[in-house]
Amino acid sequence: MISNAALTDLIIKMADDELIQGHRNSEWTGLGPVMEEDIAFSSMAQDKIGHAWALYRILHENLGGEDPDRFAFMRPEKDFRCSHLVEMPNGGYDFSLMRHFLFDHAETVRYESLQDSSFEPFQLLSKKIKGELKYHTLHANAFIMQLSKASEEGYARMQTALNDTIALAAGVFEPSAAHEEALMAEKVYPGEKELYHRWLDRIYPVLVKASLNLPDMNTITPVYGGRQGFHTTHLAPLLKEMGEVFNLDTEASW
Amino acid sequence: MSNDSLDPRVNRLKLSDANAVIKVEEGENWNVYEVFHQEKRGAHHEHVGCVHAPDPQLALVFAKEQFARRKKCVNLWVVRSADILAFDVEDEDMFANNLEKNYRDASGFKVMEKINKFKQSK
Repeated sequence: MISNAALTDLIIKMADDELIQGHRNSEWTGLGPVMEEDIAFSSMAQDKIGHAWALYRILHENLGGEDPDRFAFMRPEKDFRCSHLVEMPNGGYDFSLMRHFLFDHAETVRYESLQDSSFEPFQLLSKKIKGELKYHTLHANAFIMQLSKASEEGYARMQTALNDTIALAAGVFEPSAAHEEALMAEKVYPGEKELYHRWLDRIYPVLVKASLNLPDMNTITPVYGGRQGFHTTHLAPLLKEMGEVFNLDTEASW
Repeated sequence: MSNDSLDPRVNRLKLSDANAVIKVEEGENWNVYEVFHQEKRGAHHEHVGCVHAPDPQLALVFAKEQFARRKKCVNLWVVRSADILAFDVEDEDMFANNLEKNYRDASGFKVMEKINKFKQSK
């Protein structure tokens, strides 16, 4: 029997990553470099918030969790389990795109692994969003290639963005001290370490094609803490803004 | 010859000689790509509009969001607008129908009368 506490922990960290990354990406709406990209990036941000909603619903319907909207908008910061990667402010398009590339590949290996999960709602969800993730990574790969090949400046900025982001991105795979073993033993998912290696196998060939240098991962210290409720100073203002409308009247029906 | 303009802002741009040959480097300018949309397998791809993109791969990526986000779609084509060969607009007269050749129009044949007559004779 899979423990509800372990499943809940896994779902909350996955969902919070999606929600916060979706919110950050949506901050680009209206500011994208060209109209086509503005629309594409905004649309993918909506997809991410949709993934978060689907996961909060699983929590609500299968594991006795709270109503998804209240859970998303009324939780205090310390109860969030998102990684530091998604909390960081958007910075320039170089940082935002590199984060999109690293995060979406991490997302893809995670959801692909859930196709064989012993927890059935995970199987259904991973099948449902497979096509979306395929598009998101296609978009990210195409942009990484384009910007790295376009000019010397583009190449230098993408390499800097990669150097600045890689430790944060590796932090997505922070294992849970309390639940990791149980989730792996019950075949809910293959565990963070395995996903981390699958992720490296995905991003490496694209980076090579773009002539970008992946830093030596043995010298990188992944940025952990988010999964335990320790966050950067950027999260609190984001949550305040995100919940502003909802919290005007928490009983309103939309 | 320089590009003298009455607008000082244009002069400040230091535009090159109007007669100079303009050389556009590969990848320097974004191209326009025409987008063709396929609603179901086996159906024709139909022209739905265009997108700006630096290369064909990104044109496909953009086309997916612009033209396949809401409407049903199973496949897309993109082709650089500059790669399409078209007749000149002035050559429209080539397509004009000669009134005296309307016997060539399939619509000119009146067959229903004959068919009905044949049916009745049976």
